[in-house]
Amino acid sequence: MRLKVDKIEFAYNSTPVLENISLELDRSEILGIVGPNGTGKSTLIRCIDRILKPQQGTILLDENDITTMNRMEIARKMGYVPQSTARVFPASVIDTVLMGRRPHLGWKSSERDLDKVLEILELLGIVEFAMRDFNEISGGQQQKVLIARALAQEADVLLLDEPTSNLDIRHQLEVMEIMTDIVRKSEISAVMAIHDLNLASRYTDRILMMNGGKIFAAGDPGSVLTVENIKRVYGVEVLVKSDEERPYIIPVRPINCSSGL
Amino acid sequence: MIIIISGISTSLGSANILVWKAYSAILHKFFPNHFESSWLSDVCVWNLRLPRILLGIVAGIGLGVAGAVMQAILRNPLASPYTLGISSGAGFGASLAILAGAGIVGGDYLIIGNSFVFALLCSFIILGLSSRKGATPETMILAGIAMMYLFGAMTTILQYFGEAEAVKEAVFWMVGDLDRSSWPKLTLITGAIACCIPLLMVKSWDLNVMGAGDETATSLGVNVKRTRIVTMVVATLMVACIVCFTGTIGFIGLVAPHLTRLAIGGDNRFVLPVSGLMGAVLLITADLVARRIIAPVILPVGAVTAFMGAPLFLYMIMKRRREYW
Repeated sequence: MRLKVDKIEFAYNSTPVLENISLELDRSEILGIVGPNGTGKSTLIRCIDRILKPQQGTILLDENDITTMNRMEIARKMGYVPQSTARVFPASVIDTVLMGRRPHLGWKSSERDLDKVLEILELLGIVEFAMRDFNEISGGQQQKVLIARALAQEADVLLLDEPTSNLDIRHQLEVMEIMTDIVRKSEISAVMAIHDLNLASRYTDRILMMNGGKIFAAGDPGSVLTVENIKRVYGVEVLVKSDEERPYIIPVRPINCSSGL
Repeated sequence: MIIIISGISTSLGSANILVWKAYSAILHKFFPNHFESSWLSDVCVWNLRLPRILLGIVAGIGLGVAGAVMQAILRNPLASPYTLGISSGAGFGASLAILAGAGIVGGDYLIIGNSFVFALLCSFIILGLSSRKGATPETMILAGIAMMYLFGAMTTILQYFGEAEAVKEAVFWMVGDLDRSSWPKLTLITGAIACCIPLLMVKSWDLNVMGAGDETATSLGVNVKRTRIVTMVVATLMVACIVCFTGTIGFIGLVAPHLTRLAIGGDNRFVLPVSGLMGAVLLITADLVARRIIAPVILPVGAVTAFMGAPLFLYMIMKRRREYW
């Protein structure tokens, strides 16, 4: 077991955001977290990486409680890909990715670190942007750069907060293909908050459906993404079809508005 | 470049000394047998000009580095050593000493001591307040601006009740000048800066990472809150040391890091030292102009820095190709 989250609770200024969340993650596994906006997906991911400190519960990383690890130890085992690509302090793509080496190196970057970074840029097909400025490249490319940075960290567990949220359909597929590929090849594991149910269904091994800070359903995509669950959690009527044992979802209409409008 | 400008600067003065004579006067001290020097150039160079120029270099380095650190850590292009209320604190302290004659330490160091203490006081209030709120850049900047107004207002009230002559002196103090240099003071500042800069350099890689956002930095193993407060304290100390001797030479800390980033890009490991050198070059050049432009009147260097720096800065901003602010 790579990662085990046991009954964590988290509240912002006494407003509970996460209640009694438990999950487990195996080697070479992608866990998708789905749920409506504001349901605590991002908060959960930040709690796992200890950017936020849950008030209750434990998180075990390779059997070690992360509260006993220091930041550097956590950073060597877990990589985080943030959601917002808000304007950052100006840096070139290669410098941004090199930051991922921070947990492994001292003040100076070595030849090996640079090789590692170039190798990853090559893998993601963004090597031609290496010298460009991060703020100049497109959203899809930025997302790949952020993933590259997390990969440069050489962590066993990657936490991704909506990696496809503002990408076009091709970049969405590319990013997901890259992720599944890396997870299989390098035997890392990933937790991914994701909005698009069809992408979740197609690319994740298991899905955790959250609603109002609690786990509503968990299991393989077919058992979680059902007409009934989606209706209860999102308030949306959908058709669920099956394609090679993976469900795909066709939205029909939001439930309460159907008669009124 | 620094050596050339300081050479020219040493040679230019009310008493005419040629450039090579200035160099030889400097070297005469170290190698008496190899270089000749006259009594006039000896006195001019060693007692009057060198302390001033060295103060310019040291102060420029300190302000340039501090500015680069603060812009990086607050992720704000407008941040400068003054954003944390250092100038307004120092200005108030000095005014208090000049106008009311009250101070923490007496004697020669009354003004210096006072401005140092108040500069630190002001920034520690800001750091204290913001560390309770999680030390985000936004709280720090807002608290800094609040402090700037508060201490600015207190200075105004002091001046309102002050004697005309004393008010004039206080205003001149705040503009900033390298006049008040001397060897013992120089040793003090150099010592302080020599301690502070290595500490900041060690953190420069973390500053890069924090530029990508607090959350990202945390996930990459940086203790964001502690790093921010530690570097702020160090940078503040350094600036307070400089400002209490020179008065508020404002512009350097804002401009030097920007010019540096435009020239060499955004990696703080290089921006920090280069920005220091840039600050030194800017300051001694400005001082050279300040002394010579309508000689023998010596203009306050603080004003000249802004006069020269602002057009240069605007030119660089308009002309830049890459987005480094």
